[in-house]
Amino acid sequence: MFGLDNKDTRMLLVVAVLTLCAPFILNPFPTDSAMAQFNAGYPDLMQRFVIFGIFAVGFNILFGLTGYLSFGHAAFLGVGSYSAVWMFKLLSMNVVPAILLSVVISGLFALVIGFVSLRRSGIYFSILTLAFAQMSFNLAYSVLTPITNGETGLQLTLDDPRILGVSATADGSIPVTSLFGLEMRSTFEMVVGPWAFQFNAGYYLCALILLAAFYLSIRIFRSPFGMMLRAVKSNQQRMNYTGLNTKPYTLAAFVISGMYAGLAGGLMASMDPLAGAERMQWTASGEVVLMTILGGAGTLIGPVLGAGFIKYFENIFSKINDNVLHSWFSFMPDGIEDFVVFIIHPFIGKGWHLTLGILFMLVVVFLPGGLVEGGQRIAKWAKKRKGKDSATPGKTTPAE
Amino acid sequence: MSKSDLSRRGVLKSGALAGTGLALPTIFTASSAAAFTNEPTGSSVTLGFNVPQTGPYADEGADELRAYQLAVEHLNGGGDGGMMNTFSSKALQGNGILGKEVKFVTGDTQTKSDAARASAKSMIEKDGAVMITGGSSSGVAIAVQGLCQEAGVIFMAGLTHSNDTTGKDKKANGFRHFFNGYMSGAALAPVLKNLYGTDRNAYHLTADYTWGWTQEESIAAATEALGWNTVNKVRTPLAATDFSSYIAPVLNSGADVLVLNHYGGNMVNSLTNAVQFGLREKVVNGKDFEIVVPLYSRLMAKGAGANVKGIHGSTNWHWSLQDEGSAAFVRSFGTKYGFPPSQAAHTVYCQTLLYADAVSRAGSFNPCAVAEALEGFEFDGLGNGKTLYRAEDHQCFKDVLVVRGKENPTSEFDLLEVVEVTPAAQVTYPADHPMFAGGALGSCNSGA
Amino acid sequence: MDAILLQILNGLDKGSAYALIALGLTLIFGTLGVVNFAHGALFMIGAFCAVTVQRLLSLSYELVDETQKDFLGNPLKVKTPYVESWFGPEMGGAIIDWAVPIAILFAIPIMIGVGYVMERGLIKHFYKRPHADQILVTFGLAIVLQEVIKYFYGANPIQTPSPQALSGVANVGALFGMDIVYPVWRIVYFFFSVVIIGGIFSFLQFTTFGMVVRAGMADRETVGLLGINIDRRFTIMFGIAAAVAGLAGVMYTPINSPNYHMGMDFLVLSFVVVVVGGMGSLPGAVLAGFLLGILESFASMNEIKSILPGIDQIIIYVVAIIILLTRPRGLMGRKGVMEE
Repeated sequence: MFGLDNKDTRMLLVVAVLTLCAPFILNPFPTDSAMAQFNAGYPDLMQRFVIFGIFAVGFNILFGLTGYLSFGHAAFLGVGSYSAVWMFKLLSMNVVPAILLSVVISGLFALVIGFVSLRRSGIYFSILTLAFAQMSFNLAYSVLTPITNGETGLQLTLDDPRILGVSATADGSIPVTSLFGLEMRSTFEMVVGPWAFQFNAGYYLCALILLAAFYLSIRIFRSPFGMMLRAVKSNQQRMNYTGLNTKPYTLAAFVISGMYAGLAGGLMASMDPLAGAERMQWTASGEVVLMTILGGAGTLIGPVLGAGFIKYFENIFSKINDNVLHSWFSFMPDGIEDFVVFIIHPFIGKGWHLTLGILFMLVVVFLPGGLVEGGQRIAKWAKKRKGKDSATPGKTTPAE
Repeated sequence: MSKSDLSRRGVLKSGALAGTGLALPTIFTASSAAAFTNEPTGSSVTLGFNVPQTGPYADEGADELRAYQLAVEHLNGGGDGGMMNTFSSKALQGNGILGKEVKFVTGDTQTKSDAARASAKSMIEKDGAVMITGGSSSGVAIAVQGLCQEAGVIFMAGLTHSNDTTGKDKKANGFRHFFNGYMSGAALAPVLKNLYGTDRNAYHLTADYTWGWTQEESIAAATEALGWNTVNKVRTPLAATDFSSYIAPVLNSGADVLVLNHYGGNMVNSLTNAVQFGLREKVVNGKDFEIVVPLYSRLMAKGAGANVKGIHGSTNWHWSLQDEGSAAFVRSFGTKYGFPPSQAAHTVYCQTLLYADAVSRAGSFNPCAVAEALEGFEFDGLGNGKTLYRAEDHQCFKDVLVVRGKENPTSEFDLLEVVEVTPAAQVTYPADHPMFAGGALGSCNSGA
Repeated sequence: MDAILLQILNGLDKGSAYALIALGLTLIFGTLGVVNFAHGALFMIGAFCAVTVQRLLSLSYELVDETQKDFLGNPLKVKTPYVESWFGPEMGGAIIDWAVPIAILFAIPIMIGVGYVMERGLIKHFYKRPHADQILVTFGLAIVLQEVIKYFYGANPIQTPSPQALSGVANVGALFGMDIVYPVWRIVYFFFSVVIIGGIFSFLQFTTFGMVVRAGMADRETVGLLGINIDRRFTIMFGIAAAVAGLAGVMYTPINSPNYHMGMDFLVLSFVVVVVGGMGSLPGAVLAGFLLGILESFASMNEIKSILPGIDQIIIYVVAIIILLTRPRGLMGRKGVMEE
């Protein structure tokens, strides 16, 4: 289907089912139960999952295929966000022109930075991209405030000169982002017994774009172009000796992955019209690197898993506090309850960084191929249990 | 190349897919039958406490969280009632808010606009919070205030000192109890005049972002009105940790006062560096060199240790105040946690009580009704004397404290001493003051 | 003129911190080929060694003083450090005053121990793994270390003053008949770093151990074939690199009050310094450290900022880009190190 072989089609379908049914899958616990704390099926987080999924998939096209480790990819995300918000401020609240502009601008930005940075390889390349991104961040935070609104972040105001559309709605508020009239924030809530599932228009837009982005990335991985990029990774020198100029290929990969980042930035701004400078900081660039490695660099699905993993911890674990813990363990005798809460306390709430750090180490120590390898091991184990041949000829191998 | 051809076809196909996907959502309606966002229907009401729990302001956030928990305890009738007993409005009964038990959720702003908005959104979308409060920096406060306006919930700002929060970025759903840069300038100026005279040359070092700029503007304007001369205004990068290269030029600039428009970690480092360079022992133009830190935070000042001694600044509130409200608050906070509260803890405690009181007086959780009850509200007994929540910009007008680093602290909390309580009238400005111009409240949004 | 000399001095002083951190980082890159994102955390742990020593020395017993009141109106508990009661107030006070220099003695064994445990327990297993995995595991470790420190010491900066005798300013320009005052401790820091850097270089240059390590850096396999246990020596080098970072941290505490994320603040910068210096080159790391320190100081001069607003925010990165584009392997980099 869609020019993919069976295995890839299956994977695309799995991703499609997972993203489209996310409101159900991510809300497994009844709303009033103590475990509802672990529910992630609310619009904002679901949007973040898929948006960072797009970002990581794009990053993987560069890093997973060519091995070039960019440490400044967040700059493209930031540029995308700024372009989208400016589009909302100046043109219209429709998300389509905003997203298009953010992809184009970040593509151009990536072309310039990529052209310069790709003159070097290895860690020298990483530092060049880092330097460009940090420059963009520092300038956006201070000197470029007229364009970026500095620390506060670029926001919509009541007196934006919107060409197509109104500056303020009839009741005096700022209009909301929409897709040809369909408001991005509109949410339909389905209540089934004790469960409540939220279907959000913005999420579904992001999800469909993720599917398209994912499909495109499969096609790139399987195309001759993707093969060329993998050749660059395994031995660029040999490629050069055969008289082949690899620069156009790596530059194309860099620009494509920059456009993915810009797309993610544009979507972020479309879901929530604010663009902050922190989106370009090196920690944000580092985050996408971690997402990709954590999920499994060079694999197709890995980066999406990694993105979901990190965002889940950031948003769910940081919100667990001692009160919540006490309510979970209230069935225990008082002394033991306090003891258990005392033990868990450092790892939740303000300690969510600690948990994340430990998990990074555990994953990389025990699962060298990232989360994807974990999945493969479970699948292998399940197969063995079934008594089938353990040689697993159908095993999906990472692109590496 | 075959690749581009294929991907274009792919794009077209996914475009078609997207089109069919879009036909579906006609069943999605904006919101259900509720009269406003997250209308509490059960026996409890949820408030969202959004404070920095990681990053440089984590300790300040932790102190805010303690104050929030104390406020919730008092609202639900627990503890000794704290400032509820001294508060001039008696609408609160200690039975929750409008008889509903107060519950809360917490989140981590990470002192980043993005993360703060994500956290606030999860409180609104997932936990059904009807009010969001917190924050320990202006960028975050303004970003979250904008979000609350869009979502139709009330935002009670925590520690935010920028003029913009109730100036060009003010919002109808947002309220600020904390003071601002202009007030710091207005409160400090007369004290500085008495101490250092009218013939001074000031050198500003300013954190290079919006809060720093508004404070620099405010302080420079206030001191220039005294007759001071501003020698230079130098912007320092936010990420700077070592300020020595910015301090060094001060030595030979001819300035005799250094104003540090820095907060938090920046303030600790720039002050430490300034003292290292011997600025405090210096004599310029026949006058002793002086350092001024317009916005003091006791929690952070601890990191500068003995360097704060004798240095003047302003603060919103300090635990050593002797009025009835402050004493009650310090007593109940100190008894529960074993140390005195910070100004951040005080302001968020007040904000929680003020919100609960406004709901009780309005008889509804509807943000528009609450906003109406807060606008123009005059109260007393919350530690800052008679206070007005001005209707035009949702800023509190109250006394401002001028403080000085104490020479002989008796304990690790005893770092600052109150030099003067500048009365509210002296720090009040017209709502259309040029430093606050450029924004509009808009109309209140209840999310209906 | 004075202003320029002052900024040069300031640059040397800033640069000495950069150089020390970059030196340790390069030792690890050069010997073990590991991208160590936890190096900033080692610097931070060093700084907290000083905080801990200061706290241990000021451990106090409490006496209730009925005449004074605490903030709740209860009788105040007056704290007296044990060392003051043991050695008398003057001697005890002096010991507490010298906490930071004393901390150096403690930091060296602790940091070598931390380095040893890190290398044997974790890094060892990652020599043959891709750099990406090394980044992930050391970044995870850095987060864990910094969160542990935050758990025990809080997030706010903690003041650790220099000894009274070494605080204040000195007129360094007096020799040349000029008036250039500079903080004493910062001058001490500069000379301290010069001593450490000199020590490391002579250790590598003039001892047999150093010679073997240098041989191992150049060609690990051949040295191994000669029957030398190179791994063991590399482990020791890791310990030394950790100690260098830790000492840089201990001595840095009086300059800026340490907090738990100070390591992350230096991390990116130190990587830039190492790469600008050239991968695998120790002199390059030192040279780049001082160079970037001085340029950063100049960029923050008002005269330069008025021509190029915001230049002080980006100078480090601009320099990095220019150097990497004109010199493919940084200032003194060797061919083939970390290029694939």
